[in-house]
Amino acid sequence: MNRWGYYVTGTALAILFLFPLVWSGWASVRTDSGFGAENYARLFTSANGIRPVHVLNSVIVSATTVGGTLIVATFAGYAFGRFKFPGRDLLFLLTLAILMVPYATILIALYVLLGWLGLEDSLVGLSIVLIVFQLPFSVFMMRNSFEAVPVELEESARVDGCTSLGTLVRIMLPAVRPGLVTVGLFAFLTSWSEFFAPLILLNSTDKFTTVLAVVNMRTASHGSIDYAALEAGVVFMAVPCLVLFAFMQRSYVRGFTSGALKG
Amino acid sequence: MRRRAVIGALYATPAAVLVVLFFVAPLLLVGWMSLHRWPLLGKPRVNAPDNYTAIGDNALLTTAAWFTLRYTVIITVLLFVIAFGLALLVQNRRKGVGFFRTAFFLPMAVGFASASLLFLGLLSEEIGPLPLADGSPALGSAVLLVLWRFAGFNMLILLTGLQAIPVDVYEAARIDGATRWQTFRRITVPLMRPTIALVLTMMVTGSLLAFDQFWILTRGGPDNSTTSLVMLIYREAFVRLDLGSAAGISVVLLVLLAVVSSVQLTVLRRRSA
Repeated sequence: MNRWGYYVTGTALAILFLFPLVWSGWASVRTDSGFGAENYARLFTSANGIRPVHVLNSVIVSATTVGGTLIVATFAGYAFGRFKFPGRDLLFLLTLAILMVPYATILIALYVLLGWLGLEDSLVGLSIVLIVFQLPFSVFMMRNSFEAVPVELEESARVDGCTSLGTLVRIMLPAVRPGLVTVGLFAFLTSWSEFFAPLILLNSTDKFTTVLAVVNMRTASHGSIDYAALEAGVVFMAVPCLVLFAFMQRSYVRGFTSGALKG
Repeated sequence: MRRRAVIGALYATPAAVLVVLFFVAPLLLVGWMSLHRWPLLGKPRVNAPDNYTAIGDNALLTTAAWFTLRYTVIITVLLFVIAFGLALLVQNRRKGVGFFRTAFFLPMAVGFASASLLFLGLLSEEIGPLPLADGSPALGSAVLLVLWRFAGFNMLILLTGLQAIPVDVYEAARIDGATRWQTFRRITVPLMRPTIALVLTMMVTGSLLAFDQFWILTRGGPDNSTTSLVMLIYREAFVRLDLGSAAGISVVLLVLLAVVSSVQLTVLRRRSA
Protein backbone atom coordinates (compact mmCIF):
# COMPACT_ATOMS: atom_id res chain seq x y z
CA MET A 1 0.00 0.00 0.00
CA ASN A 2 1.38 3.41 -0.85
CA ARG A 3 1.96 6.08 1.77
CA TRP A 4 -1.24 8.00 1.22
CA GLY A 5 -3.37 4.89 1.22
CA TYR A 6 -1.75 3.85 4.50
CA TYR A 7 -2.32 7.17 6.22
CA VAL A 8 -5.89 7.66 4.98
CA THR A 9 -6.95 4.11 5.91
CA GLY A 10 -5.15 4.20 9.25
CA THR A 11 -6.56 7.57 10.25
CA ALA A 12 -10.11 6.69 9.20
CA LEU A 13 -9.97 3.46 11.20
CA ALA A 14 -8.39 5.17 14.21
CA ILE A 15 -11.25 7.68 14.23
CA LEU A 16 -13.77 4.82 14.05
CA PHE A 17 -12.14 3.05 17.00
CA LEU A 18 -11.68 6.16 19.14
CA PHE A 19 -15.11 7.64 18.39
CA PRO A 20 -17.17 5.54 20.89
CA LEU A 21 -14.75 6.41 23.70
CA VAL A 22 -14.84 10.12 22.95
CA TRP A 23 -18.60 10.03 22.49
CA SER A 24 -19.24 8.41 25.88
CA GLY A 25 -17.19 11.13 27.57
CA TRP A 26 -19.18 13.77 25.71
CA ALA A 27 -22.55 12.12 26.39
CA SER A 28 -21.74 11.80 30.10
CA VAL A 29 -21.49 15.59 30.53
CA ARG A 30 -24.20 16.53 28.03
CA THR A 31 -27.40 17.76 29.68
CA ASP A 32 -30.70 19.24 28.49
CA SER A 33 -29.41 22.75 29.01
CA GLY A 34 -25.84 22.30 27.82
CA PHE A 35 -23.02 20.67 29.72
CA GLY A 36 -22.69 19.82 33.40
CA ALA A 37 -22.17 17.14 36.02
CA GLU A 38 -25.90 16.33 36.45
CA ASN A 39 -25.61 12.88 34.90
CA TYR A 40 -22.89 12.01 37.39
CA ALA A 41 -25.02 13.37 40.23
CA ARG A 42 -27.89 11.08 39.17
CA LEU A 43 -25.46 8.16 38.82
CA PHE A 44 -24.51 8.47 42.48
CA THR A 45 -27.89 9.44 43.97
CA SER A 46 -30.60 7.48 42.14
CA ALA A 47 -32.11 4.52 44.00
CA ASN A 48 -30.43 1.94 41.74
CA GLY A 49 -27.22 3.85 41.18
CA ILE A 50 -23.69 3.60 42.56
CA ARG A 51 -23.24 3.98 46.31
CA PRO A 52 -19.85 4.53 48.01
CA VAL A 53 -19.97 0.97 49.34
CA HIS A 54 -20.00 -0.37 45.76
CA VAL A 55 -16.83 1.52 44.92
CA LEU A 56 -15.26 0.28 48.15
CA ASN A 57 -16.26 -3.30 47.26
CA SER A 58 -14.65 -2.96 43.85
CA VAL A 59 -11.47 -1.61 45.41
CA ILE A 60 -11.39 -4.49 47.93
CA VAL A 61 -11.95 -7.13 45.24
CA SER A 62 -9.37 -5.60 42.89
CA ALA A 63 -6.74 -5.14 45.62
CA THR A 64 -7.23 -8.70 46.93
CA THR A 65 -7.13 -10.16 43.44
CA VAL A 66 -4.02 -8.22 42.38
CA GLY A 67 -2.20 -8.95 45.66
CA GLY A 68 -3.21 -12.61 45.74
CA THR A 69 -2.37 -13.18 42.07
CA LEU A 70 1.07 -11.56 42.47
CA ILE A 71 1.94 -13.64 45.54
CA VAL A 72 0.68 -17.00 44.27
CA ALA A 73 2.05 -16.50 40.73
CA THR A 74 5.46 -15.33 41.97
CA PHE A 75 5.91 -18.36 44.22
CA ALA A 76 4.59 -20.76 41.59
CA GLY A 77 6.57 -19.15 38.77
CA TYR A 78 9.74 -19.38 40.86
CA ALA A 79 9.01 -23.03 41.68
CA PHE A 80 8.32 -23.94 38.03
CA GLY A 81 11.20 -21.89 36.66
CA ARG A 82 13.96 -22.88 39.06
CA PHE A 83 13.10 -26.07 40.98
CA LYS A 84 12.51 -29.73 40.21
CA PHE A 85 10.02 -31.54 42.42
CA PRO A 86 7.61 -34.47 42.07
CA GLY A 87 4.34 -33.51 40.37
CA ARG A 88 5.79 -30.35 38.87
CA ASP A 89 4.80 -31.02 35.27
CA LEU A 90 1.34 -32.28 36.21
CA LEU A 91 0.62 -29.17 38.27
CA PHE A 92 1.85 -26.90 35.48
CA LEU A 93 -0.36 -28.66 32.94
CA LEU A 94 -3.36 -28.47 35.29
CA THR A 95 -2.80 -24.75 35.75
CA LEU A 96 -2.69 -24.17 31.99
CA ALA A 97 -5.79 -26.36 31.58
CA ILE A 98 -7.77 -23.65 33.38
CA LEU A 99 -7.55 -21.73 30.10
CA MET A 100 -9.38 -24.54 28.31
CA VAL A 101 -12.26 -24.63 30.77
CA PRO A 102 -13.77 -21.16 30.67
CA TYR A 103 -15.24 -20.46 34.03
CA ALA A 104 -18.74 -19.72 32.80
CA THR A 105 -19.13 -23.50 32.67
CA ILE A 106 -17.99 -24.27 36.22
CA LEU A 107 -19.34 -21.18 37.96
CA ILE A 108 -22.48 -23.04 38.99
CA ALA A 109 -20.31 -25.59 40.82
CA LEU A 110 -18.14 -22.83 42.31
CA TYR A 111 -21.30 -21.19 43.62
CA VAL A 112 -22.23 -24.40 45.48
CA LEU A 113 -18.64 -25.02 46.60
CA LEU A 114 -18.20 -21.52 48.04
CA GLY A 115 -21.49 -21.99 49.86
CA TRP A 116 -20.13 -25.14 51.53
CA LEU A 117 -17.01 -23.20 52.57
CA GLY A 118 -19.12 -20.41 54.10
CA LEU A 119 -18.00 -18.00 51.37
CA GLU A 120 -21.31 -17.38 49.62
CA ASP A 121 -22.13 -13.75 48.82
CA SER A 122 -18.58 -12.90 49.91
CA LEU A 123 -16.02 -10.53 48.39
CA VAL A 124 -13.23 -12.88 49.53
CA GLY A 125 -14.86 -15.82 47.75
CA LEU A 126 -15.21 -13.75 44.57
CA SER A 127 -11.55 -12.65 44.80
CA ILE A 128 -10.35 -16.25 45.17
CA VAL A 129 -12.26 -17.26 42.05
CA LEU A 130 -10.83 -14.29 40.13
CA ILE A 131 -7.30 -15.21 41.29
CA VAL A 132 -7.70 -18.81 40.13
CA PHE A 133 -8.79 -17.74 36.66
CA GLN A 134 -5.89 -15.33 36.51
CA LEU A 135 -3.40 -18.13 37.28
CA PRO A 136 -2.72 -19.71 33.85
CA PHE A 137 -1.59 -16.44 32.32
CA SER A 138 0.26 -15.13 35.36
CA VAL A 139 2.03 -18.37 36.34
CA PHE A 140 3.13 -18.85 32.74
CA MET A 141 4.33 -15.26 32.59
CA MET A 142 6.25 -15.48 35.89
CA ARG A 143 7.82 -18.81 35.02
CA ASN A 144 9.18 -17.31 31.80
CA SER A 145 10.42 -14.26 33.72
CA PHE A 146 12.28 -16.34 36.31
CA GLU A 147 13.78 -18.61 33.64
CA ALA A 148 15.22 -15.54 31.95
CA VAL A 149 17.19 -14.48 35.04
CA PRO A 150 20.84 -15.67 34.93
CA VAL A 151 21.48 -18.57 37.35
CA GLU A 152 24.76 -16.95 38.53
CA LEU A 153 22.83 -14.07 40.11
CA GLU A 154 20.96 -16.48 42.36
CA GLU A 155 24.00 -18.63 43.18
CA SER A 156 26.13 -15.69 44.27
CA ALA A 157 23.36 -14.67 46.66
CA ARG A 158 23.27 -18.19 48.09
CA VAL A 159 27.02 -18.20 48.55
CA ASP A 160 26.65 -14.93 50.44
CA GLY A 161 24.40 -16.79 52.86
CA CYS A 162 20.96 -15.55 51.79
CA THR A 163 18.09 -17.88 52.66
CA SER A 164 15.92 -19.12 49.80
CA LEU A 165 13.14 -16.67 50.60
CA GLY A 166 15.66 -13.87 51.09
CA THR A 167 17.15 -14.58 47.66
CA LEU A 168 13.71 -14.54 46.09
CA VAL A 169 12.66 -11.26 47.69
CA ARG A 170 15.92 -9.31 47.50
CA ILE A 171 17.62 -10.63 44.38
CA MET A 172 15.00 -12.21 42.13
CA LEU A 173 12.01 -9.89 42.50
CA PRO A 174 13.78 -6.78 41.17
CA ALA A 175 14.95 -8.86 38.20
CA VAL A 176 11.41 -9.93 37.24
CA ARG A 177 9.73 -6.56 37.74
CA PRO A 178 8.44 -6.20 34.14
CA GLY A 179 6.66 -9.54 34.53
CA LEU A 180 5.16 -8.47 37.85
CA VAL A 181 3.86 -5.22 36.32
CA THR A 182 2.18 -7.06 33.45
CA VAL A 183 0.65 -9.68 35.74
CA GLY A 184 -0.59 -7.04 38.21
CA LEU A 185 -2.03 -4.83 35.50
CA PHE A 186 -3.83 -7.75 33.90
CA ALA A 187 -5.23 -8.82 37.26
CA PHE A 188 -6.47 -5.31 37.96
CA LEU A 189 -8.11 -4.78 34.57
CA THR A 190 -9.88 -8.14 34.83
CA SER A 191 -11.05 -7.88 38.42
CA TRP A 192 -12.12 -4.23 38.17
CA SER A 193 -14.27 -4.90 35.09
CA GLU A 194 -15.44 -8.48 35.65
CA PHE A 195 -19.19 -8.85 35.40
CA PHE A 196 -20.30 -12.48 35.13
CA ALA A 197 -18.50 -13.90 38.19
CA PRO A 198 -19.80 -11.21 40.63
CA LEU A 199 -23.27 -11.53 39.07
CA ILE A 200 -23.34 -15.21 40.02
CA LEU A 201 -21.40 -15.11 43.29
CA LEU A 202 -22.76 -11.94 44.93
CA ASN A 203 -26.43 -11.72 45.93
CA SER A 204 -27.03 -8.76 48.22
CA THR A 205 -26.89 -5.21 46.86
CA ASP A 206 -24.56 -4.22 49.72
CA LYS A 207 -21.96 -6.58 48.30
CA PHE A 208 -22.31 -5.42 44.68
CA THR A 209 -19.23 -4.21 42.84
CA THR A 210 -19.44 -0.98 40.82
CA VAL A 211 -19.98 -2.83 37.55
CA LEU A 212 -22.91 -4.77 39.00
CA ALA A 213 -24.41 -1.56 40.37
CA VAL A 214 -24.21 0.26 37.03
CA VAL A 215 -25.59 -2.68 35.07
CA ASN A 216 -28.32 -2.91 37.69
CA MET A 217 -29.36 0.64 36.75
CA ARG A 218 -30.10 -0.71 33.31
CA THR A 219 -31.66 -4.06 34.17
CA ALA A 220 -33.66 -2.99 37.23
CA SER A 221 -35.33 -0.07 35.48
CA HIS A 222 -38.79 -1.06 34.37
CA GLY A 223 -39.59 2.24 32.74
CA SER A 224 -37.22 4.24 30.59
CA ILE A 225 -33.47 3.75 30.84
CA ASP A 226 -31.39 6.73 32.03
CA TYR A 227 -28.85 6.45 29.21
CA ALA A 228 -26.93 9.62 30.11
CA ALA A 229 -26.32 8.41 33.68
CA LEU A 230 -25.25 5.04 32.26
CA GLU A 231 -22.63 6.75 30.11
CA ALA A 232 -21.43 8.58 33.22
CA GLY A 233 -21.07 5.15 34.84
CA VAL A 234 -19.12 3.88 31.82
CA VAL A 235 -16.71 6.80 32.13
CA PHE A 236 -16.40 6.35 35.89
CA MET A 237 -15.40 2.71 35.45
CA ALA A 238 -13.19 3.23 32.40
CA VAL A 239 -11.09 6.13 33.71
CA PRO A 240 -8.93 4.11 36.19
CA CYS A 241 -8.27 1.51 33.49
CA LEU A 242 -7.41 4.08 30.84
CA VAL A 243 -5.08 5.97 33.21
CA LEU A 244 -3.25 2.79 34.23
CA PHE A 245 -3.14 1.70 30.63
CA ALA A 246 -1.60 5.00 29.53
CA PHE A 247 1.14 4.72 32.18
CA MET A 248 1.96 1.09 31.59
CA GLN A 249 1.07 0.48 27.97
CA ARG A 250 4.67 -0.18 27.00
CA SER A 251 5.33 -2.95 29.48
CA TYR A 252 1.82 -4.32 29.10
CA VAL A 253 2.10 -4.77 25.36
CA ARG A 254 5.72 -5.95 25.55
CA GLY A 255 5.02 -8.46 28.32
CA PHE A 256 2.00 -9.64 26.43
CA THR A 257 3.75 -10.18 23.12
CA SER A 258 6.76 -11.93 24.67
CA GLY A 259 4.41 -14.30 26.50
CA ALA A 260 2.45 -14.97 23.33
CA LEU A 261 5.61 -15.64 21.36
CA LYS A 262 6.96 -18.18 23.79
CA GLY A 263 3.57 -19.90 23.96
CA MET B 1 19.23 -31.87 46.30
CA ARG B 2 16.33 -33.39 48.27
CA ARG B 3 16.13 -30.16 50.21
CA ARG B 4 15.77 -28.15 46.99
CA ALA B 5 12.89 -30.36 45.86
CA VAL B 6 11.10 -29.72 49.15
CA ILE B 7 11.61 -25.96 48.89
CA GLY B 8 10.33 -25.97 45.30
CA ALA B 9 7.25 -27.97 46.29
CA LEU B 10 6.60 -25.52 49.13
CA TYR B 11 6.68 -22.55 46.74
CA ALA B 12 4.22 -24.33 44.47
CA THR B 13 1.84 -25.24 47.31
CA PRO B 14 -0.40 -22.13 47.30
CA ALA B 15 -1.01 -22.50 43.56
CA ALA B 16 -1.58 -26.25 43.95
CA VAL B 17 -4.16 -25.73 46.71
CA LEU B 18 -6.03 -23.10 44.67
CA VAL B 19 -5.97 -25.18 41.48
CA VAL B 20 -7.20 -28.36 43.19
CA LEU B 21 -9.81 -26.69 45.40
CA PHE B 22 -11.21 -24.13 42.96
CA PHE B 23 -10.59 -25.72 39.57
CA VAL B 24 -10.35 -29.52 39.76
CA ALA B 25 -13.00 -29.85 42.48
CA PRO B 26 -15.67 -27.68 40.76
CA LEU B 27 -14.91 -29.44 37.47
CA LEU B 28 -15.75 -32.78 39.10
CA LEU B 29 -18.63 -31.22 41.03
CA VAL B 30 -20.34 -29.88 37.91
CA GLY B 31 -20.34 -33.42 36.51
CA TRP B 32 -21.65 -34.82 39.82
CA MET B 33 -24.36 -32.14 40.00
CA SER B 34 -25.52 -32.91 36.48
CA LEU B 35 -26.53 -36.40 37.70
CA HIS B 36 -28.81 -34.97 40.40
CA ARG B 37 -32.02 -33.11 40.85
CA TRP B 38 -30.26 -30.22 42.59
CA PRO B 39 -32.56 -27.39 43.71
CA LEU B 40 -31.00 -24.04 44.70
CA LEU B 41 -32.28 -24.62 48.24
CA GLY B 42 -32.92 -28.08 49.67
CA LYS B 43 -31.43 -31.55 49.40
CA PRO B 44 -30.14 -32.91 46.09
CA ARG B 45 -31.09 -36.43 45.00
CA VAL B 46 -29.94 -38.62 42.13
CA ASN B 47 -32.06 -38.37 38.98
CA ALA B 48 -29.61 -39.36 36.24
CA PRO B 49 -29.94 -39.12 33.32
CA ASP B 50 -32.94 -36.76 33.52
CA ASN B 51 -30.91 -33.56 33.24
CA TYR B 52 -29.44 -34.79 29.97
CA THR B 53 -32.62 -36.18 28.45
CA ALA B 54 -34.38 -32.92 29.36
CA ILE B 55 -31.92 -31.04 27.14
CA GLY B 56 -33.53 -32.58 24.08
CA ASP B 57 -37.00 -31.43 25.14
CA ASN B 58 -35.94 -27.91 26.04
CA ALA B 59 -37.33 -25.80 23.20
CA LEU B 60 -35.56 -22.66 24.38
CA LEU B 61 -32.28 -24.56 24.40
CA THR B 62 -32.62 -25.42 20.71
CA THR B 63 -33.26 -21.74 19.95
CA ALA B 64 -30.33 -20.67 22.12
CA ALA B 65 -27.97 -23.26 20.61
CA TRP B 66 -28.78 -22.20 17.05
CA PHE B 67 -28.54 -18.53 17.92
CA THR B 68 -25.17 -19.01 19.66
CA LEU B 69 -23.87 -21.01 16.70
CA ARG B 70 -24.99 -18.38 14.19
CA TYR B 71 -23.45 -15.65 16.31
CA THR B 72 -20.19 -17.61 16.61
CA VAL B 73 -19.88 -18.00 12.84
CA ILE B 74 -20.62 -14.32 12.18
CA ILE B 75 -18.19 -13.07 14.84
CA THR B 76 -15.38 -15.47 13.95
CA VAL B 77 -15.46 -14.59 10.24
CA LEU B 78 -15.81 -10.81 10.64
CA LEU B 79 -13.46 -10.46 13.60
CA PHE B 80 -10.76 -12.55 11.95
CA VAL B 81 -10.88 -10.66 8.66
CA ILE B 82 -10.83 -7.25 10.38
CA ALA B 83 -8.13 -8.16 12.90
CA PHE B 84 -5.91 -9.64 10.17
CA GLY B 85 -6.45 -6.55 8.02
CA LEU B 86 -5.46 -4.28 10.91
CA ALA B 87 -2.38 -6.40 11.66
CA LEU B 88 -1.25 -6.19 8.02
CA LEU B 89 -1.84 -2.43 8.05
CA VAL B 90 0.37 -1.81 11.09
CA GLN B 91 2.97 -4.58 10.71
CA ASN B 92 5.80 -2.37 9.42
CA ARG B 93 7.64 0.27 11.42
CA ARG B 94 6.66 3.56 9.85
CA LYS B 95 5.55 6.94 11.05
CA GLY B 96 2.33 6.94 13.04
CA VAL B 97 2.18 3.17 13.41
CA GLY B 98 2.43 3.35 17.21
CA PHE B 99 -0.55 5.70 17.35
CA PHE B 100 -2.63 3.46 15.08
CA ARG B 101 -1.83 0.35 17.13
CA THR B 102 -2.76 2.12 20.36
CA ALA B 103 -6.00 3.47 18.86
CA PHE B 104 -7.08 0.02 17.70
CA PHE B 105 -6.13 -1.62 20.99
CA LEU B 106 -7.51 1.04 23.34
CA PRO B 107 -11.11 -0.35 23.49
CA MET B 108 -9.59 -3.35 25.28
CA ALA B 109 -8.89 -1.10 28.29
CA VAL B 110 -12.65 -0.63 28.79
CA GLY B 111 -14.23 -3.56 30.59
CA PHE B 112 -16.54 -5.65 28.45
CA ALA B 113 -19.63 -4.94 30.55
CA SER B 114 -18.82 -1.21 30.44
CA ALA B 115 -18.33 -1.43 26.69
CA SER B 116 -21.76 -3.08 26.41
CA LEU B 117 -23.32 -0.21 28.36
CA LEU B 118 -21.44 2.26 26.18
CA PHE B 119 -22.92 0.72 23.04
CA LEU B 120 -26.37 0.53 24.63
CA GLY B 121 -26.32 4.33 24.73
CA LEU B 122 -24.42 4.78 21.47
CA LEU B 123 -27.01 2.80 19.52
CA SER B 124 -30.07 4.03 21.42
CA GLU B 125 -32.69 6.27 19.89
CA GLU B 126 -32.72 8.57 22.93
CA ILE B 127 -29.14 9.82 23.01
CA GLY B 128 -27.27 7.79 20.39
CA PRO B 129 -25.71 9.47 17.37
CA LEU B 130 -26.10 6.25 15.38
CA PRO B 131 -29.38 4.59 16.35
CA LEU B 132 -29.69 1.25 14.58
CA ALA B 133 -32.56 0.84 12.18
CA ASP B 134 -35.33 -1.51 13.32
CA GLY B 135 -34.32 -4.37 10.99
CA SER B 136 -32.46 -6.80 13.23
CA PRO B 137 -30.83 -4.41 15.69
CA ALA B 138 -30.33 -6.91 18.50
CA LEU B 139 -27.75 -9.18 16.88
CA GLY B 140 -26.22 -6.38 14.83
CA SER B 141 -25.50 -4.20 17.82
CA ALA B 142 -23.78 -7.05 19.67
CA VAL B 143 -21.65 -7.81 16.61
CA LEU B 144 -20.60 -4.15 16.27
CA LEU B 145 -19.72 -4.05 19.96
CA VAL B 146 -17.57 -7.19 19.86
CA LEU B 147 -15.76 -6.09 16.69
CA TRP B 148 -14.94 -2.73 18.26
CA ARG B 149 -13.81 -4.18 21.56
CA PHE B 150 -11.76 -7.20 20.40
CA ALA B 151 -10.36 -6.34 16.93
CA GLY B 152 -7.28 -4.63 18.39
CA PHE B 153 -6.60 -7.43 20.86
CA ASN B 154 -6.61 -10.05 18.10
CA MET B 155 -4.62 -7.71 15.87
CA LEU B 156 -1.89 -7.67 18.52
CA ILE B 157 -1.67 -11.47 18.68
CA LEU B 158 -1.64 -11.79 14.87
CA LEU B 159 1.05 -9.10 14.80
CA THR B 160 3.35 -11.23 16.96
CA GLY B 161 2.88 -14.06 14.47
CA LEU B 162 3.54 -11.78 11.48
CA GLN B 163 6.70 -10.42 13.03
CA ALA B 164 8.04 -13.88 13.80
CA ILE B 165 8.35 -14.57 10.05
CA PRO B 166 12.01 -13.98 9.05
CA VAL B 167 12.54 -11.09 6.62
CA ASP B 168 14.75 -13.22 4.33
CA VAL B 169 11.81 -15.45 3.47
CA TYR B 170 9.98 -12.45 1.99
CA GLU B 171 13.22 -11.30 0.40
CA ALA B 172 13.63 -14.67 -1.35
CA ALA B 173 10.02 -14.62 -2.56
CA ARG B 174 10.52 -11.13 -3.99
CA ILE B 175 13.65 -12.18 -5.86
CA ASP B 176 11.77 -15.17 -7.28
CA GLY B 177 9.24 -12.70 -8.65
CA ALA B 178 6.25 -13.67 -6.49
CA THR B 179 3.28 -11.31 -6.60
CA ARG B 180 1.97 -9.83 -3.37
CA TRP B 181 -1.01 -12.17 -3.32
CA GLN B 182 1.20 -15.21 -3.92
CA THR B 183 3.51 -14.16 -1.08
CA PHE B 184 0.54 -13.77 1.23
CA ARG B 185 -1.05 -17.10 0.33
CA ARG B 186 2.12 -19.21 0.06
CA ILE B 187 4.27 -17.68 2.80
CA THR B 188 2.40 -15.49 5.28
CA VAL B 189 -0.62 -17.70 5.88
CA PRO B 190 1.18 -21.11 6.14
CA LEU B 191 3.89 -19.73 8.43
CA MET B 192 1.28 -18.12 10.66
CA ARG B 193 -0.81 -21.25 11.09
CA PRO B 194 -0.17 -21.69 14.84
CA THR B 195 -1.05 -18.06 15.55
CA ILE B 196 -4.12 -18.23 13.32
CA ALA B 197 -5.22 -21.42 15.08
CA LEU B 198 -4.81 -19.74 18.48
CA VAL B 199 -6.78 -16.65 17.45
CA LEU B 200 -9.57 -18.66 15.82
CA THR B 201 -9.90 -20.92 18.86
CA MET B 202 -10.17 -17.95 21.18
CA MET B 203 -12.80 -16.38 18.93
CA VAL B 204 -14.87 -19.56 18.71
CA THR B 205 -14.73 -20.41 22.42
CA GLY B 206 -15.30 -16.77 23.41
CA SER B 207 -18.38 -16.53 21.19
CA LEU B 208 -19.80 -19.87 22.34
CA LEU B 209 -19.65 -18.44 25.88
CA ALA B 210 -21.20 -15.07 25.01
CA PHE B 211 -23.12 -13.58 27.90
CA ASP B 212 -22.40 -9.97 28.94
CA GLN B 213 -23.21 -8.39 25.58
CA PHE B 214 -26.66 -9.99 25.28
CA TRP B 215 -27.49 -9.70 28.97
CA ILE B 216 -26.84 -5.96 28.82
CA LEU B 217 -27.73 -4.97 25.26
CA THR B 218 -30.80 -7.06 24.50
CA ARG B 219 -31.67 -8.95 27.70
CA GLY B 220 -32.03 -11.98 25.42
CA GLY B 221 -34.97 -10.49 23.57
CA PRO B 222 -36.99 -9.80 21.59
CA ASP B 223 -38.87 -13.07 22.30
CA ASN B 224 -35.70 -14.89 23.45
CA SER B 225 -34.29 -14.52 19.95
CA THR B 226 -30.89 -13.41 21.32
CA THR B 227 -30.65 -15.79 24.28
CA SER B 228 -27.20 -17.40 24.31
CA LEU B 229 -26.27 -20.76 25.84
CA VAL B 230 -24.61 -19.24 28.91
CA MET B 231 -27.68 -17.03 29.47
CA LEU B 232 -29.71 -20.22 29.45
CA ILE B 233 -27.44 -21.77 32.09
CA TYR B 234 -27.94 -18.67 34.23
CA ARG B 235 -31.70 -18.86 33.76
CA GLU B 236 -31.90 -22.57 34.65
CA ALA B 237 -29.86 -21.96 37.80
CA PHE B 238 -31.14 -18.66 39.16
CA VAL B 239 -34.56 -18.14 37.59
CA ARG B 240 -35.81 -21.73 37.49
CA LEU B 241 -33.64 -22.55 40.56
CA ASP B 242 -32.61 -25.87 39.01
CA LEU B 243 -28.84 -26.19 39.46
CA GLY B 244 -28.79 -29.81 38.19
CA SER B 245 -30.21 -28.83 34.83
CA ALA B 246 -27.78 -25.87 34.61
CA ALA B 247 -24.91 -28.28 35.38
CA GLY B 248 -26.11 -30.65 32.64
CA ILE B 249 -26.03 -27.90 30.02
CA SER B 250 -22.62 -26.78 31.33
CA VAL B 251 -21.19 -30.27 30.86
CA VAL B 252 -22.44 -30.43 27.27
CA LEU B 253 -20.90 -27.00 26.60
CA LEU B 254 -17.64 -28.14 28.23
CA VAL B 255 -17.42 -31.15 25.94
CA LEU B 256 -18.08 -28.92 22.93
CA LEU B 257 -15.28 -26.57 23.99
CA ALA B 258 -12.91 -29.49 24.59
CA VAL B 259 -13.53 -30.62 21.01
CA VAL B 260 -12.72 -27.12 19.70
CA SER B 261 -9.53 -26.98 21.76
CA SER B 262 -8.35 -30.41 20.67
CA VAL B 263 -8.89 -29.47 17.02
CA GLN B 264 -6.59 -26.54 17.67
CA LEU B 265 -3.97 -28.82 19.23
CA THR B 266 -4.12 -31.08 16.18
CA VAL B 267 -3.54 -28.15 13.85
CA LEU B 268 -0.60 -27.00 15.98
CA ARG B 269 0.95 -30.46 16.11
CA ARG B 270 0.61 -31.05 12.37
CA ARG B 271 2.74 -27.96 11.81
CA SER B 272 5.57 -29.05 14.08
CA ALA B 273 5.62 -32.60 12.69
